[in-house]
Amino acid sequence: MSQSSEFLGNENVSNSPRMLSPTVFWRIAEDIPKKLSWTLIVLSIAIPIALWWLVSEYIATHYEVYAIFLPTPLRTLEALQRLWSEGILLTDIAYSMFRVFSGFFLAALISVPLGVLMGAFASWRSLLEPIIGIIRYMPAPAFIPLLILYFGLGEVPKILLIFIGTLFFNTLMIMDAVKFVPKELIETTYTLGGRRLQVLLQVILPYIYPSIIDAYRVNMASAWNLVIVAELVAATEGLGKRISIAQRFLRTDEIFAGLIVIGLIGLAIDLLFRLLLKLSCRWAT
Amino acid sequence: MHLEVSQLHKQFQTRNGPIVALKDINLHIEEGEFVCAVGASGSGKSTLLRLIAGLETPTAGEVRVDGVRVTGPGADRGMVFQHYTLYPWMTVAKNVGFGLKLQGMPEKERRQRVSYYLDVVGLAQFAKALPKELSGGMKQRVAIARALASQPKILLMDEPFGALDVQTKETMQQFLLQVWERTHTSIFMITHDVEEAVFLSQRIYVLTSRPGTILREVVLDLPSQKDYHIKRQPKFQDYREEIMGLLRGESAEALVAG
Ligand SMILES: Nc1ncnc2c1ncn2[C@@H]1O[C@H](COP(=O)(O)OP(=O)(O)OP(=O)(O)O)[C@@H](O)[C@H]1O
Ligand SMILES: [Mg+2]
Repeated sequence: MSQSSEFLGNENVSNSPRMLSPTVFWRIAEDIPKKLSWTLIVLSIAIPIALWWLVSEYIATHYEVYAIFLPTPLRTLEALQRLWSEGILLTDIAYSMFRVFSGFFLAALISVPLGVLMGAFASWRSLLEPIIGIIRYMPAPAFIPLLILYFGLGEVPKILLIFIGTLFFNTLMIMDAVKFVPKELIETTYTLGGRRLQVLLQVILPYIYPSIIDAYRVNMASAWNLVIVAELVAATEGLGKRISIAQRFLRTDEIFAGLIVIGLIGLAIDLLFRLLLKLSCRWAT
Repeated sequence: MHLEVSQLHKQFQTRNGPIVALKDINLHIEEGEFVCAVGASGSGKSTLLRLIAGLETPTAGEVRVDGVRVTGPGADRGMVFQHYTLYPWMTVAKNVGFGLKLQGMPEKERRQRVSYYLDVVGLAQFAKALPKELSGGMKQRVAIARALASQPKILLMDEPFGALDVQTKETMQQFLLQVWERTHTSIFMITHDVEEAVFLSQRIYVLTSRPGTILREVVLDLPSQKDYHIKRQPKFQDYREEIMGLLRGESAEALVAG
């Protein structure tokens, strides 16, 4: 020991054992104090808004010709208010939401039995995994031209796009959740007299329920993205359409307003799913 | 109840070729008996239990319960695993009653049965608790109550106390003996803890490793009403030493054989 310290030539290193230095901010996989957490949350929103404000005001006062490209927060708020009072915003929101929920609902409904079948039975996995594996790498927006050719410009192609865009990921995520059900839990059920159907419905389904909600939450985000894309391409109303109209008239304030609304609704849906998870799955946490 | 295992072979196909897990296993367990099997790790103890439970199919040979050949798992052979296998979303009472529900027992009868077995394992006041709120020993008691609630012909246990600390383990052993005396269920338990086997059972099968065969059957002549003081008696110690010696010789041989 003493010899090695001579070789190291540094008494401090060998005499005081190396210890991890204390920290709050950098603690890996641990909670931070509530107060710090809230401060950081506020900063995460406040800093970007402040930056936006500063830059846009600076441009508005010094380079007035370019002000049209970056609206100030104030002008964005005004645009928001105008769209709202004209009733346009509400109609757009209603249309976009209707498309998202119809398409997503269909996908959600089908992905649960499909995912459970694929997760539980290697036979179904062999049958479906290859084809799903290929289709899911085809970007859903690439289906838009086909869907328009087949179904025209109505609601059907948009709802189908959401359906295609979320079905496969949902199914694969549910399949993975089923694979994680402990084998011993299933075997215990057999030794308690359970039949296979009972294992599927009364053991596997409740066990993966939190994972299903979480898969819904994650894929809802892509459904929300897709509807905007679909509306940008072909629609007469909807939040995506609003943005593309605003672009034609160079109304960047309305584009910003539209983007903010899209973000806020997405966040609200996400939080709702989290709440649902928390309320219904107290056994899991 | 009469369990008969005859000429049982089990071979697993692995990437490195076939592994013979069990070879020429013959054993029997009679009505109300408490039998243990001990053996080193890898001697095929779990495999043996899984074959009896019907969770694996034998390569050759057969298992018969009351003369009927076992072809798959069923509620007549209750199983308790080493790792906690409670349904995490169900309360303790729901866990205990789940097997009965699967078998289609009416709600009212079920509730009576559940409260009886919760009482047997001393967890009546935890009926509404969730598994995550229980300690390891309590979880295992729930698992035992759940297996017993179906009133199986035999209770199969795979190192049920293996994950518990020494004190809890001792309490659980005592507890298991009480349950056994109260319910007259036949029990076949796997363990690698020789002292546990001598303390609990009436008969012990000592298994060899690779391939797993039955090296010796030891019939214990100890009082059936016992508490942990018995562990200090010379007779108890002798049994322990005898079985430890068998296992030691066995593992030394395995070392030489490489
Ligand atoms: N599903 C399986 N596939 C391949 N080999 C297996 C399988 N199950 C068990 N084995 C092999 O069979 C042998 C016996 O395993 P088993 O789990 O029955 O031993 P054990 O006595 O219960 O051991 P332990 O005391 O560690 O639990 C081991 O060599 C193991 O690798
Ligand atoms: Mg084992």
